[in-house]
Amino acid sequence: MATYATNEFRAGLKVLLEGDPCTILENEFVKPGKGKAFNRVKFRNLKTGRVWERTFKSGESIEAADVLELSMEYLYTDGEFWHFMKTDGSYEQVAAGAAAVGETQPWLKEQEVYGITLWAGDPISVTPPNFVELEVTETDPGLKGDTAQGATKPATLSTGATIRVPLFVNQGDVLRIDTRTGEYVGRVQG
Amino acid sequence: MTDWRPSCSTEVLAARADMLAATRSFFAAREVMEVQTATLAAHGVTDPAIESMRTADGRYLQTSPEYQMKRLLAAGAPSIYQIGPVFRAGEAGRWHNPEFTMIEWYRVGMDAEALMREVADLVDALLGPSDYDRRAYADMVGVPVESTPEDELDLRISEAIAKLSPARVFITEYPAPQAALARVEGGVAARFELVVDGLEVANGYHELRDADELRRRMVRDNALRREESLAEIPLDEGFLAAHAHGLPDCAGVAVGFDRLVALKLGADGLAAVMPFPAERA
Repeated sequence: MATYATNEFRAGLKVLLEGDPCTILENEFVKPGKGKAFNRVKFRNLKTGRVWERTFKSGESIEAADVLELSMEYLYTDGEFWHFMKTDGSYEQVAAGAAAVGETQPWLKEQEVYGITLWAGDPISVTPPNFVELEVTETDPGLKGDTAQGATKPATLSTGATIRVPLFVNQGDVLRIDTRTGEYVGRVQG
Repeated sequence: MTDWRPSCSTEVLAARADMLAATRSFFAAREVMEVQTATLAAHGVTDPAIESMRTADGRYLQTSPEYQMKRLLAAGAPSIYQIGPVFRAGEAGRWHNPEFTMIEWYRVGMDAEALMREVADLVDALLGPSDYDRRAYADMVGVPVESTPEDELDLRISEAIAKLSPARVFITEYPAPQAALARVEGGVAARFELVVDGLEVANGYHELRDADELRRRMVRDNALRREESLAEIPLDEGFLAAHAHGLPDCAGVAVGFDRLVALKLGADGLAAVMPFPAERA
């Protein structure tokens, strides 16, 4: 089984910590003037997204995690799983469960490409692009010419997500959404 | 294309040059003599927490000029200083580079108290004046020193040091097992460290003079090395003989020059203040 020693630690390395796959965010070598060295390491748990901090004595090793990060196209959901396809021409598909899809679910649009993290071949997280374009399926009729600063109304999108939009937005408009904040960015000219 | 450029700017090089010049004038004004000892020597340090690099012919790149500077003192040199490169295997990180520049000096007739004042004067000269606090080691680690394993003490002191920011703090009264080459008085080592804004920049001793005690400590270092499966280091008999001949009463200190440059310039690591840190040297 592959392991990494503290002197191989670097940002981006995928390791197993307490049974969970993690990525190293920061690795700080610490050594008192006359004393033993150790590494203070920040990890992101790839399953939960939580950040962990651990200290290792220099020379200690941890197990490598079989983690792959791929770009995959979203195909469809069968209600239980969300299906994605590799973009490398292999047409290979994976099925991600609700835990892996997590907060990305409202931003899943068919034919859009997402970042999929695979652990031992299974998807454990789905990362949306920073911006997605989605159609408004329901909102109060738009008020033409109403560009009052800050005034908003709710709108439901094709994925089922509800966001706040300016008053002039109409049903059928395609909107650009920032997935990091879940906020309206602008209308896409059709 | 190969990235051949240095990692720091010409302005940083100029700041280094100014600080080196200021250090030399500081010592000139105090009549401390500059010396140069060998960087490559037949013996390495026995300290189990410090690993030397060895050359193909079996010699050791020096981790500090201490052994040879003390041989100079035993041979009759007055107060001396040295600015030069030192090497430590496996020390690489934001605040560590395997090769770095050390300012090391020895003051004949001074004790740790007097030397701490001089270290503060040099740091004031290089970084600008400030106040200096004082903390005892035991107070820093917050656990009983006697009954706590050394690994845990190392961890605790490092974490406590990182929190001393912004501040200039002398840590004193080190536990006797961490005396290194400092004398032990009243159960504690006559050793101090200076922390500036959470970074260790200086490590000083009222120097041990007793040749028998020195040999016992070096033998103990090698015993600890055996326990940890580290290579034993042959004792430097020249260094021991110099003590048997007689080291004058003196205090000595080592200061990490690159860290001072980083502190002066507000840099977030050593790579920003060295032209060729390890990864591009």
